[in-house]
Amino acid sequence: MNRIKQLFETKKNILSIYYTAGYPNIGDTIQIAEALEKSGADMLEIGFPYSDPVADGPVIQASSKQSLDQGMTLKLLFEQLKDLRKNVTIPVLLMGYVNPVLQFGVENFCKACAEVGVDGCIVPDLPMVEYEEFYQGCFEEHQLSNVFLITPQTADERIHKIDGLTNGFIYLLSSSATTGKNLEVGNTTETYFGRIKDMNLKNPTMIGFGISDKQTFDKACAYANGAIIGTAFVKAIENGNIEENVSSFMKKFK
Amino acid sequence: MKYKVNEKGYYGDFGGAYIPEMLYPNVEELRQNYLKIIDDAGFQKEFHQLLKDYVGRPSPLYLAKRYSEKYGANIFLKREDLNHTGAHKINNTIGQILLAEKLGKKRIIAETGAGQHGVATATVCALRNLECVIYMGEVDIERQAPNVARMKMLGAKVVPASSGSKTLKDATNEAMRDWINNPVDTHYIIGSVVGPHPYPDMVALFQSVISEETKRQLLEQTGNNQPDYVLACVGGGSNAMGMFYHFMDDENVKLIAVEAAGKGVSSGFSAATTYLGKEGVLHGSRSILMQTEDGQVVEPHSVSAGLDYPGIGPQHAHLFKTGRGQYVSITDEESLDAGLLLTQLEGIIPAIESAHALAYLEKMEFKGGENVVICLSGRGDKDLDTYIKYFNL
Repeated sequence: MNRIKQLFETKKNILSIYYTAGYPNIGDTIQIAEALEKSGADMLEIGFPYSDPVADGPVIQASSKQSLDQGMTLKLLFEQLKDLRKNVTIPVLLMGYVNPVLQFGVENFCKACAEVGVDGCIVPDLPMVEYEEFYQGCFEEHQLSNVFLITPQTADERIHKIDGLTNGFIYLLSSSATTGKNLEVGNTTETYFGRIKDMNLKNPTMIGFGISDKQTFDKACAYANGAIIGTAFVKAIENGNIEENVSSFMKKFK
Repeated sequence: MKYKVNEKGYYGDFGGAYIPEMLYPNVEELRQNYLKIIDDAGFQKEFHQLLKDYVGRPSPLYLAKRYSEKYGANIFLKREDLNHTGAHKINNTIGQILLAEKLGKKRIIAETGAGQHGVATATVCALRNLECVIYMGEVDIERQAPNVARMKMLGAKVVPASSGSKTLKDATNEAMRDWINNPVDTHYIIGSVVGPHPYPDMVALFQSVISEETKRQLLEQTGNNQPDYVLACVGGGSNAMGMFYHFMDDENVKLIAVEAAGKGVSSGFSAATTYLGKEGVLHGSRSILMQTEDGQVVEPHSVSAGLDYPGIGPQHAHLFKTGRGQYVSITDEESLDAGLLLTQLEGIIPAIESAHALAYLEKMEFKGGENVVICLSGRGDKDLDTYIKYFNL
């Protein structure tokens, strides 16, 4: 069974962690994945860096740039991920922008994901219409879930369409913002989260953008199947020992 | 119509709207409304009134006599440099600010490279009393100080883009991030025929006044509204698209787009996108862009800040791929020499961007008597420092 599906069927309050591949050091990708699973992460989103990440705030931009400067490419990332499934059993998604995927070749990309045991992808600047026309067939052939984002401005009709098109989970942005802003659950956010909950979507939902600590994580879990932490984690592993940084970061959510 | 946008937002293989979901409502609102608003008679009246009384249109089509003698052809200059604010950029910002008002927007953001689009945006914001934030690369802020001062005088807030190469492409990224964070009350005035659909089409429509006038003026001056050649420089490509627009379907008119070769196309310091680039996605549309094998965007180089962009608009990519347009390139040095030559022969100091188009005349061969139109997209005041340094003036 698909690892993502299995996770959502068996667990509540899912904690998913995003980190940029090849950061802080080019060879850290697998070590971070293993350390995260050991410290209790439920799911991983590994970012493949892009030179012009328009949806990201300064922290993830900087980590992407450092990773690229250190020589990260999609080709290298897939080589690093060859050993992913030796010790990592939780679901793993790749997250990044569409142009590197296009240059790698959509078919090659899907095939490489399947070979190393990647379960799904999040490509924020890949529009639904393009996905349906040029990507969906290939993604499904290799049993990759494609995760779409929705924001407080996304219309109900569009949310239902996204729900029909995806088979992993739906990524709920807490507000229309670039990554790294703090989550403030006020009345509007609550109405929005509540509206989504009441839509009874077929896919589970994960709340992302603005989750940084136990308090914001718990708030998010009240409305969704779990939450995604990116910027706060990338900041936490900037300097020092990976194992120690990961373990002390994850302790905050116990 | 075969070179125009289709109902899906594409020009052949190029275009589309590759944007994160956070931008979808803004772009969709524009897509659903832009043609309705632009085609409205009241809008057209106000737009053309402002172009006439405020911008100073129609801009002259000037037969450059001494210049024509030198090259052995009739060289007509479309004088966009005489527009208010000194370049073609204002045609688009006038159109977009009126459109933003119709959409009820209260706040305007824009990116700028050389500062010409920033100045043109700040100008129309002052004119219509709207808040204005301009994103500009740190490097460009340094090399275009007079334009930064102009924008500030006009009441705009100039925000330095300090990510990536700190130039035009990064200013564009920062403007997009601003739009993501301000999804309701803000309109983003993109300055070129780039970005997600409907921007390339919308900007082309506003700039198409250039070729609309040119056709009329050519008919008056030569008795024929079709020249043999039309030339324009291309960064993102807005003056070129405006200059080509009404000639695209006249297949006997040769369209020549001049890119910036920088220090030479093979030097590693170039912005010759069609020569160095491959198909890919940048800033919301599928086009041709300079990139690594891994799909990372490569830093361009040109002495002219307005051409220092690693991509071209999707409609240009289509004209290039179909062979309808000829895409060539001119080095930094060739453009500066051409700028000085025009100054000495005609008493017109061109922007270095426009001088790229002029420089290509050196590489053309004429039988004699051909009619050639060149878009003189901007004036050279902003480039005096560069000219002074290069020629030791």
